[in-house]
Amino acid sequence: MKILSEVGKYLILMKEVFHKPEKASIYKKQLLLEMDNLGLDSLGIVAIISVFMGAVVTIQMAFNVDSPLIPLYTIGFATRKSVILEFSPTIVSLILAGKVGSRIASEIGTMRVTEQIDALEIMGINTASFLILPKIVACVLMYPFIILISMFLALAGGWLSGVLTGLVASSDYVYGLQYQFKMFDITYALIKTVVFAFLTASVSGHYGYFTSGGALEVGRSSTKAVVNSSIMIILFNLILTQLLLA
Amino acid sequence: MIDVINVSKTFGEHEVLKNINVRFDKGKTNLIIGQSGSGKTVLMKCLVGLFPIDSGTINFDGRSFSTISYEEKKKIRQEIGMLFQGGALFDSMNVEENVIFPLSMFTDMSINEKIDRANFCLKRVNLENVNKLFPSELSGGMKKRVAIARAISANPKYLFCDEPNSGLDPATSIVIDNLISEITQEYQITTVINTHDMNSVIEIGDKIAFIYKGNLWWEGDKNSILNTDNKEINDFVYATELTRRIKGK
Repeated sequence: MKILSEVGKYLILMKEVFHKPEKASIYKKQLLLEMDNLGLDSLGIVAIISVFMGAVVTIQMAFNVDSPLIPLYTIGFATRKSVILEFSPTIVSLILAGKVGSRIASEIGTMRVTEQIDALEIMGINTASFLILPKIVACVLMYPFIILISMFLALAGGWLSGVLTGLVASSDYVYGLQYQFKMFDITYALIKTVVFAFLTASVSGHYGYFTSGGALEVGRSSTKAVVNSSIMIILFNLILTQLLLA
Repeated sequence: MIDVINVSKTFGEHEVLKNINVRFDKGKTNLIIGQSGSGKTVLMKCLVGLFPIDSGTINFDGRSFSTISYEEKKKIRQEIGMLFQGGALFDSMNVEENVIFPLSMFTDMSINEKIDRANFCLKRVNLENVNKLFPSELSGGMKKRVAIARAISANPKYLFCDEPNSGLDPATSIVIDNLISEITQEYQITTVINTHDMNSVIEIGDKIAFIYKGNLWWEGDKNSILNTDNKEINDFVYATELTRRIKGK
């Protein structure tokens, strides 16, 4: 029953969030600010993780295809598949759920407990839309770029580790990256990314918005936001994979 | 003028407000006083629409706040300024941005007009050269004054203040009280202040409503409150040794 009640509250909140904005120019300013806060600010951590994960995936592939019957370009091919289909869209989105989700929930939650949301409401502003919509739109717009950068850096990291350790020649790795390349893989990854971006921002916004109490509850909301965003990402990853690849 | 007619509010089994009837006059500082937990904060939150009321009516100059549509409520809310206990300034905005925020949302004023208005309001609350400071860089009294400047920036018809003196020293409290009182008379605002500070009651209480256990127990002004025979009022007013000594003299 509690889950149903929570889902109901979430859906009602989303109805409020997608109301027409009071003043477009203010929302535009908010959107640009959120694109910077939630998107550009996440690039550093995504870049570091992507390069190292790409490197590790390549090394693991090289050890697993240690057979003369399997061509070396398989390393590049398998790394590409792992990175594009799963690592960048799903694992990076999970990492972003932690970073972006906790930021959204704690920011909105703190505004709630310090009566800043009440102040907005008394002014006659649709607070759900004013606070959550720019964050959702910013995430949905920025995540695909972040994920594309993550893919590039992970593949570059793989190339670097493969070549530097002598596990695979540069030409073999690059041939593997190009071998049987399907554009749909990128489309599939970006569709997942957009859905994950929406889930992270909206679920975290929901937990932040309904915070009540003090600093302890803000922390709890932030934790709940990260945990539930991650669960939703895993669940929708399965659903979307079945829908798009089966 | 705000009319509160037969307003009741219950949380679960607990009836917090019981059939409250009171009128808050225009151009006066109307005080809601009472002990902690008496229901005065709930009454204020009902007045501004943060809590829906269970029964009764709240009229803002004849417009029933409790029965009108969401869009009509928004219009009335744009005529309301509110000063929160902690100031409730927006952390991500500096002082100037906080003050011009209501103007940016609801007017088509140019940026220069908005800055002029912000400077005027900040000067009115005796704050200058703080435009670019952030709330975290302000003292408690300065935060309250910025919050008052924000509350009056859009020329509100109604001003609500929730415990405006909490956390302030007595001297700063008097400055804030006088400021609110002056602004109320100058702009003919209907001001409602929620407080349990006896200094405020004696300084600016043009009209006082005493809430006791969810009931409107007593109504009067700053003169009559000192001479009433009402036991509960006297227990509240003369709760401290200092006020008892003053009464004895």
